[in-house]
Amino acid sequence: MNPNNAVELKNIEMHFNMSKEKVDSIKEYFLRFVTRKLLYEDFVALNDVSIDIPKGDVFGILGLNGSGKSTMLKVISGILTPTKGTVETAGTIAPLIELGAGFDLDLTARENIYLNGSVLGYSKKFMDEKFQDIVDFSEMQDFLDTPMKNYSSGMVARIGFAIATITKPDILIVDEILAVGDFRFQQKCEDRINAMINDDTTVIIVSHSIEQIERLCKHCAWLEKGKLRMIGPCQDVCDAYKNQ
Amino acid sequence: MNQNVKGFKKFILDAKMFSPLLFNLVSRDFKIKYRRSILGVLWSVLNPLLTMLVISQVFGILLKVQVEHFAAYYLVGATIWNFFSEATSMSMTSVLGGASLIKKVYLPKYIFPLEKCLFALINMAFSLIAVVAVMLIDGVTPTWAMLLAPVPIFYTFVFCVGFSLILSALTVYFRDIQHLYGVLLTVWMYLTPIIYPMSLIQSNDVLRTIVMCNPLYYFVAYFRNVMMLGNVMVEETAEQAAVYYTMPTLADNLICFGIAAVTLLLGCLIFSKAQKKFILHI
Repeated sequence: MNPNNAVELKNIEMHFNMSKEKVDSIKEYFLRFVTRKLLYEDFVALNDVSIDIPKGDVFGILGLNGSGKSTMLKVISGILTPTKGTVETAGTIAPLIELGAGFDLDLTARENIYLNGSVLGYSKKFMDEKFQDIVDFSEMQDFLDTPMKNYSSGMVARIGFAIATITKPDILIVDEILAVGDFRFQQKCEDRINAMINDDTTVIIVSHSIEQIERLCKHCAWLEKGKLRMIGPCQDVCDAYKNQ
Repeated sequence: MNQNVKGFKKFILDAKMFSPLLFNLVSRDFKIKYRRSILGVLWSVLNPLLTMLVISQVFGILLKVQVEHFAAYYLVGATIWNFFSEATSMSMTSVLGGASLIKKVYLPKYIFPLEKCLFALINMAFSLIAVVAVMLIDGVTPTWAMLLAPVPIFYTFVFCVGFSLILSALTVYFRDIQHLYGVLLTVWMYLTPIIYPMSLIQSNDVLRTIVMCNPLYYFVAYFRNVMMLGNVMVEETAEQAAVYYTMPTLADNLICFGIAAVTLLLGCLIFSKAQKKFILHI
């Protein structure tokens, strides 16, 4: 792996078996196996994609719905294992793909902060240190010991964002989540991401808002139906994308 | 080869990084289990105590099972059995239950069955209090061998983890197992000498061979032997001599260890093969 790169994707292919109906009972599986009806439709979500993202870059990914953007983010963050090809990443990754993964709504916010922190792989000691920061940032001091099922979705998202961005990760992956909470909180989120960008964190952003990508990114990739259509400096790719 | 080394390195790193998660998941299960119940944790002690009362009355009085200290005999055996059945049935659906997490963040997936086994282990530790109480009430003479109880519990735990890894991985692909396993557990329980002594099936060769092939038989026997060492199990009758609880031998240890280790190894192999495609099926 090139030491100047934060992420290296080599010839990534991601296939999904799209069986017409999901076969998940033994009887059905057996019947179909015997009658040779175990047919799958192979769906290629990513087709031979190779991307190098240099350290400290702000990298945008453009594409229509279903072009493989989210699949790519999941491959980079290790949630999905690619069918073919290799992924190499340097350093810690903070995936802001889904906020508040693992929140148990029966537990209180305090308990969930620790639970979610450990889901992201942070130690108890680290969470103790950062607990106050998280509470301050999310502005949820008054509701810490309320079960989270009584929270509004905006309140849940605030806590999720506060936990996910509490570290200075080497790689930050952002999937359309700058739109959480009210406008004031959105501003706060964007400020925090900007602070990370200025702090040499490699940022990978997926967004449908071209303005946002143009404003934040240095380089861009354009995915179309799972294939890499274009990659290069942000403005060039954005212009081509708009003029397609 | 390089791939294997890398995989192993990742396994160690993951285990270290996600041990707080393991702890938090167990404590979450614990909190949710006893949330809003007035007696809370006390139920972990009371439950086996009450069940024992019912079972020992039914089998001890109505069916006249010829075992000395029947209440203790039953309860000590049932402790291991309940641990196994609770750990594996909870683990079975644990990967499915962790779907929301598996789809959103990277986690080592074995954490789910492992967490359920740990949770069951803690529950069992509480019920041990009830077990010891019943033993004393029932007139069992305690010995220092009771301090060896963690040994069979450890063997059983390793066996549970291995079995749970297999079960939880298969359940992702074949949901039928969820329904089938309850029936299997019932059959399995009756093939383990919990409510009857081995001497009862001594004359039936087929049945005895089946029971001897049951891994749980060895764990249960080991646990009973250390808990009730030196006490009489079956009284002397015209047909047979008295049976005592005896100290487990080296052979007993090797059998238990072998079963547990092989199951764990098999579990790890099957689980690590199966987990790559979990996300497409949950």
